[in-house]
Amino acid sequence: MIKAVDVHKRFGAHHVLKGISLEVAAGEVLCVIGPSGSGKSTFLRCINQLETIDEGAVWVDDELLGYVERDGKLHQLSDAQIARQRRPIGMVFQRFNLFPHMTALENVVEGPIRVLRESRDTAHARGLELLERVGLQDKGGAYPSTLSGGQQQRVAIARALAMRPRLMLFDEPTSALDPELVGEVLAVMRDLAGSGMTMIVVTHELGFAKEVANQVVFMDDGRVVETGPPDQVLVNPAHERTKTFLSAVL
Amino acid sequence: MSLDVAHLPRVARKHYGRYVAAVVVVAVLVAIVVSFAGGQIEWSVVGQYLTARAILTGVVNTFVMAVFAMIVGLALGVLFAVMRMSRNPVTRGVSYLYTWIFRGTPQLLQLFLWFNLALVFPYFVIPGIVEARTVDLMTPFVAALLGLGICQGAYTSEVVRGGILSVDHGQTEAAQAIGMTRFQTLRRIVLPQAMRVILPPIGNEFISMVKLTSLASAIQYQEVLHSAQNIYYANNRVMELLFVATFWYLIVVSLLSLGQLVVERRFSRGVKR
Ligand SMILES: Nc1ncnc2c1ncn2[C@@H]1O[C@H](COP(=O)(O)OP(=O)(O)O)[C@@H](O)[C@H]1O
Ligand SMILES: [Mg+2]
Repeated sequence: MIKAVDVHKRFGAHHVLKGISLEVAAGEVLCVIGPSGSGKSTFLRCINQLETIDEGAVWVDDELLGYVERDGKLHQLSDAQIARQRRPIGMVFQRFNLFPHMTALENVVEGPIRVLRESRDTAHARGLELLERVGLQDKGGAYPSTLSGGQQQRVAIARALAMRPRLMLFDEPTSALDPELVGEVLAVMRDLAGSGMTMIVVTHELGFAKEVANQVVFMDDGRVVETGPPDQVLVNPAHERTKTFLSAVL
Repeated sequence: MSLDVAHLPRVARKHYGRYVAAVVVVAVLVAIVVSFAGGQIEWSVVGQYLTARAILTGVVNTFVMAVFAMIVGLALGVLFAVMRMSRNPVTRGVSYLYTWIFRGTPQLLQLFLWFNLALVFPYFVIPGIVEARTVDLMTPFVAALLGLGICQGAYTSEVVRGGILSVDHGQTEAAQAIGMTRFQTLRRIVLPQAMRVILPPIGNEFISMVKLTSLASAIQYQEVLHSAQNIYYANNRVMELLFVATFWYLIVVSLLSLGQLVVERRFSRGVKR
């Protein structure tokens, strides 16, 4: 479903991703853990082409992201083509990034109406279904500023789902939440994973990773240090750095 | 003992200074009103011309010019703000040049330049579409619209740019993440939020624009000051007609201030107070 090969990213002289390779099969949940600044967000942003990658390549459903291969060279895609490649990839941000001038329902239907060109009625009906799915059926008319952090994040998940994504990216979706609100967001994500959605989740919630992930990746300093099933990486890590990180987090 | 003091009745301090200031200000005001009332001015003439046809036409023309010049200014302002923020150094440079020229020269001068453009280009030709003498095209209305609108755009572009920069970058990313194009992101997500920052200064500039239209009287545009002047050249009631113009400027500006309130409320949707 998604395959990254030797992805490098530099910000000026700062080498942030130093060759990330990994693969996620359809329906799998991959959890990415690692210390702050190790490049987890940058890697997710590369998959959604919010950053361009300097070396390496990423395929989603066998489609090369950002470039087309012609005459033995990689030609950069146009903005419109990149926008089209982003459609089947949903993204949930740490700081929600809901559109503050739109109600919860307007946030959810914006993409379907403007990007997928669905009719207003179809989009609204499905938007309400999605809000119900994240437990916010009665909050459709509420502006984000009147919602709690947990509610905002659930609207953000509904907004991403409205684009009928085949892959969902989560960048520390519960890190900006008060502790008592973390559970409601994780519950929605657990439900989503149960429905067979392919997911890449950057998280510090090791309990969630243990329970839901098929695969856990530990990143440090722009590299994948260790990867494997949660029982292995989270319980019996092979590397010293992983052990140190886990003992610091727990 | 101290308990008794704690519950004694309290007497507010007397603000004698405030009474004095109020009396002085009112006295000055009364003196001004009395002197004007008894001065050499025919108030009946003011009343008579307040609704004269030429004056009313002038008021409408003033309003129309202010609205259209502002629309031109806003459109150019958004365009040049986006150009200024683009990654293309040429569009950035052109935008900078535009601001530099039109902010750096007097508005009256610009109006004269547009109005006299025929001296440089006698004919205005776009092959197959327009072919006309420039004097016929460059009417006072067109010259004033270009002069005021284009100059306004130079100021507005800075305001718009500030507004766009005030919107969190996460908004753009969220919009891109649901597959919106750059243009959709700007129109649907960034600009509506920038509006909250842009509108108060734009409202003020709109009000300035109403007053700036008076400059167009210098190139024969029939706005309210021009109408007033035409009348007092004939009947010598200079102050009376200037008062008539004053009255109408205040009315138009007050209406616009009200409109500004309504529009600002509309664009603060979703903002916690
Ligand atoms: N736009 C940027 N410009 C410059 N440096 C950046 C940018 N984004 C991230 N970085 C740097 O890249 C490194 C990795 O950041 P990030 O991917 O956010 O790490 P993580 O999500 O694992 O905490 C950090 O050192 C950060 O300062
Ligand atoms: Mg991060």
